[in-house]
Amino acid sequence: MPKDGGIGASSKRREDVRFLTGAGNYTDDINIHGQAHVFFLRSDIAHGTITGIDTSAAQGMPGVVKIFTGADFEAVGGMPCGWQVTDKHGAPMQEPRHPILAHGKVRHVGEPIAAVVADTLEQARDAAEAISVEIDELPAVVDMKAAVASDNVKVHDDLTSNLCYDWGFVEENKAATDEAFKKAAHVTTLELVNNRLVANPMEPRVAVGDYARGTDESTLYTTSQNPHVIRLLMGAFVLGIPEHKLRVVAPDVGGGFGTKIFHYQEEAFCTFAAKACNRAVKWTSSRSEAFMSDAHGRDHVTKIELALDAENNFTAVRTETYANMGAYLSTFAPSIPTWLHGTLMAGNYKTPLIYVNVKAVFTNTVPVDAYRGAGRPEATFQLERVIDKAARELGVDPVELRRQNFITEFPYATPVAVEYDTGDYHATMDKVLELSDRAGFAARRAASEAKGKLRGFGINCFIEACGIAPSNLVGQLGARAGLYESATVRVNATGGLVVMTGSHSHGQGHETAFPQVIADMIGIDESMIEVVHGDTANTPMGMGTYGSRSIAVGGSAMVRATEKIIAKAKKIASHLLEASESDIELKDGAFSVAGTDKSVAWGDVTLAAYVPHNYPLEDIEPGLEETAFYDPSNFTYPAGAYTCEVEVDPATGEVSIERFASADDFGNVVNPMIVEGQVHGGIAQGIGQALLENCSYDENGQLLTASYMDYTMPRADNLPQMDHYVVDHSCQTPCTHNPLGVKGCGEAGAIGSPPTVINAIIDALQSGGHRVDHIDMPATPARVWAAMHG
Amino acid sequence: MYNFDVETPGTVADAVAAIGRDEAQALGGGQTLIPTLKQRLASPSVLVSLSGIAEMKGVCMGDDGRLCIGGATTHATVAREAAQYPALAAMASHIGDPAVRNRGTIGGSLANNDPSACYPAGVLGSGATVVTNTREIASDEYFQGMFDTALEEGEIITEVRFPIPEAANYQKFVQPASRFALVGVFVAKFSGGVRVAVTGASEEGVFRWSEAEAALSSDFSTGAIDGLSLSGEGMISDLHGTGAYRAHLVGVMTKRAVDAAA
Ligand SMILES: Cc1cc2nc3c(=O)[nH]c(=O)nc-3n(C[C@H](O)[C@H](O)[C@H](O)COP(=O)(O)OP(=O)(O)OC[C@H]3O[C@@H](n4cnc5c(N)ncnc54)[C@H](O)[C@@H]3O)c2cc1C
Repeated sequence: MPKDGGIGASSKRREDVRFLTGAGNYTDDINIHGQAHVFFLRSDIAHGTITGIDTSAAQGMPGVVKIFTGADFEAVGGMPCGWQVTDKHGAPMQEPRHPILAHGKVRHVGEPIAAVVADTLEQARDAAEAISVEIDELPAVVDMKAAVASDNVKVHDDLTSNLCYDWGFVEENKAATDEAFKKAAHVTTLELVNNRLVANPMEPRVAVGDYARGTDESTLYTTSQNPHVIRLLMGAFVLGIPEHKLRVVAPDVGGGFGTKIFHYQEEAFCTFAAKACNRAVKWTSSRSEAFMSDAHGRDHVTKIELALDAENNFTAVRTETYANMGAYLSTFAPSIPTWLHGTLMAGNYKTPLIYVNVKAVFTNTVPVDAYRGAGRPEATFQLERVIDKAARELGVDPVELRRQNFITEFPYATPVAVEYDTGDYHATMDKVLELSDRAGFAARRAASEAKGKLRGFGINCFIEACGIAPSNLVGQLGARAGLYESATVRVNATGGLVVMTGSHSHGQGHETAFPQVIADMIGIDESMIEVVHGDTANTPMGMGTYGSRSIAVGGSAMVRATEKIIAKAKKIASHLLEASESDIELKDGAFSVAGTDKSVAWGDVTLAAYVPHNYPLEDIEPGLEETAFYDPSNFTYPAGAYTCEVEVDPATGEVSIERFASADDFGNVVNPMIVEGQVHGGIAQGIGQALLENCSYDENGQLLTASYMDYTMPRADNLPQMDHYVVDHSCQTPCTHNPLGVKGCGEAGAIGSPPTVINAIIDALQSGGHRVDHIDMPATPARVWAAMHG
Repeated sequence: MYNFDVETPGTVADAVAAIGRDEAQALGGGQTLIPTLKQRLASPSVLVSLSGIAEMKGVCMGDDGRLCIGGATTHATVAREAAQYPALAAMASHIGDPAVRNRGTIGGSLANNDPSACYPAGVLGSGATVVTNTREIASDEYFQGMFDTALEEGEIITEVRFPIPEAANYQKFVQPASRFALVGVFVAKFSGGVRVAVTGASEEGVFRWSEAEAALSSDFSTGAIDGLSLSGEGMISDLHGTGAYRAHLVGVMTKRAVDAAA
């Protein structure tokens, strides 16, 4: 029987009512009396020296309030980077200055050069056209290997090279790893590209800066996944506004996928300009601007080698990766190809020796940072593709090769610094093989062949580290932030309560799932609980939502705060019931004295807390409000096994996904419906990466995929029919170190699906006699056809 | 967008007069023109909307047995009402999305002559006649290269007349992002011979594949074009496919069109 409330129930997403009926309050819905609008004049060349900016003609144009250029920001800080990576020689990464408006040089197409604030957006745009910018164009560097091989073109003149860092992990294992390769019975090598993506949340970024002259307070409304982080970074590092004079609000946010984690120039600009103009200043990104100013994702070029012994046991993995940083370091960019990628290279396997080398490179492209999965999809793709290739070279079943090397004993300390607390990889493998009816594949392949199509079966396993993250650990790894989460639970006099969480919901459904947990803990109805998030003025300092951390870290903080509430409420109840506190039990929303029929309702206790007439005032304060900060002791490690069946049309190279199945282990699940939605969506994005999406530059740094005319988003008809698009989370090994036993599910689909699809395509092509070992993503019809006729 | 005025004439004559003025431009469904204006890539001072001209709208059968489609008729109307020419109706039903089909017009599509658009293949493949406010233009003369047509400045497409073939079919292999034609092939079999028009592929815009026409005219079967192939030279090469790939697809799509029509 499915539950109808509390943990494990598929409660309908209450926030959807307002989203689907046009009653949401998105940043662009916020309009402040007297607000002006800003238009950013952006560079249309990738690399050049600014020799002159003449704004005189624009100054006098209708509606113009003020025009800003890079020179206006000399007194404030640059855009900060939140993570410092140390290279393999122990030196800190190269960290270039990142101005709010370009100063001296432009370094990528889309970089803002000037900003016009005017009464209306059209006036601002008209005036921007009257600004004349002179730029001496320089050759651009786009290709990462070329950027590292030569200093002829340097993105930043004041850095020694285009190399941000050359990272080795684990450096102490390098010699032993190299030795293992010498002794290997078999080595499989694969070179591959993890394609650059644009996140494309449905809602583009928006920022509204406001300033109250009377109190000298600044407010920023912004499309952010983590308003407190923006407040800290922008206040402390960019504009020099103390937190008590700065409020950041991220109201309803229409999807983030990582790209709304970062602190962007437009946010700092609007906050700064509101004060400078003494007027609210609003910016709403157009979709075209989003393509060239939202941080992009992925963009790795990797060579991976897998060593096996004579019994097909994995003995070592060695990789060399070039990771694109773009022209500047976005907020968390350096951490993605390192700590969120190298630490995952063990995958689900007990490979004893692993060495990962990552060269992070500056190029004349938009900055690259976290995108759904962030580093973990890149790790999974390499590992699972090379294992598939090894299985083919060795003539063994790819399922059996994986099974033979699975980690089976937990906790398991990998050679890449993390310790998996729990898991059961055979269970998810068994499950996905059952769901996908692998036994029936041969018949389905024969049916496809009868129609002239090739059919392939792809298998993939993945592990990810999420529930980010233990603060002391990430501090040692270079994070310039803690990664705890917070919650304040405020119980009202009549028994309803509000959870003020530092997490942020932008599609995840926190407003529904979080109350399910508290409803169970207290035994009250979910409808009595409201979640507040997104406003630094009324939530405790929190780190926001990304890295599948909300329920695992934010949810844990909420549990801890609720435990404090319950503990205090029991004290009040014991007073009211004239019983010893240790005899008080809370069940179904009532406190009772164990072994008696004496009880007092939840609402009576909460009322007593605020109307403390009959109350133990000498022992406890009135009121019922508690805050907790939760710092996890480890990452969580969701894992799973995915399968995919494709049909390839040999005449055109077109790939169609006929079946997809996923068996995920997320530990305990709070709301199965929401979890399934997250996985369906994640897989859709992974299929997008595998088959469709590709952010592409030409050699001059011009963005070729600058709109939906050329950048292919996944659409409903790119996905299998729902009855063959199966997601399962019944294999559950609860997390051992957080109170809910949860692991997080937001990124799994996007991590696990791309290699599944490519493995299936290769299987299909091989079945047709095409000796194709690899196809780079996206596997478009043109690429598949070319590979077949290569 | 820059500022502009909008005029909504009720007759072709009024529209011609309005468009004759300086910096005026015809507005069909706006599916190409409005995005261009939004990007500030064009700056007409007056847009003359053709959507209120009753004589330019609708689908009917002419006395000569030709299907007549008004120049301001939307793709959705053609999809719904051109039942006498099912291949053309089917083609119209796969242009863009419902919003595009409910606004975009045949006249706008032909005036624009996008190298990846569908109508140019339908019109050239059918040997249709483009009728303007001043003359009739045979399709073989009308298309003059990418975004280039025989239209004079200010000339309005008022109608397109399609002879109805014995059998026809359009095969569109979509460019994955825009879902315009990466390659589209329109095959039409008339008593006097077969016409094969190809869109999406050539740097010169829509063209007739004469070898295939000759082969299919003597034997309307996929076998007839088995040995034929086009060179990738002169074919569009971009992110979504090389010239060689497009040339290959022309062969595949032609066969599929013949299969579906036969
Ligand atoms: C998302 C999207 C997807 C699309 N997909 C496809 C597709 O798959 N296949 C396809 O073929 N097309 C596609 N299109 C284009 C669509 O068919 C347009 O409607 C068409 O190209 C232009 O028609 P329109 O009536 O909108 O013309 P407008 O945009 O109004 O005008 C285009 C040009 O034609 C001129 N013009 C308009 N009407 C006339 C006339 N009667 N006489 C003379 N000149 C005129 C205008 O002055 C302008 O220069 C797509 C468009 C979009 C936005």
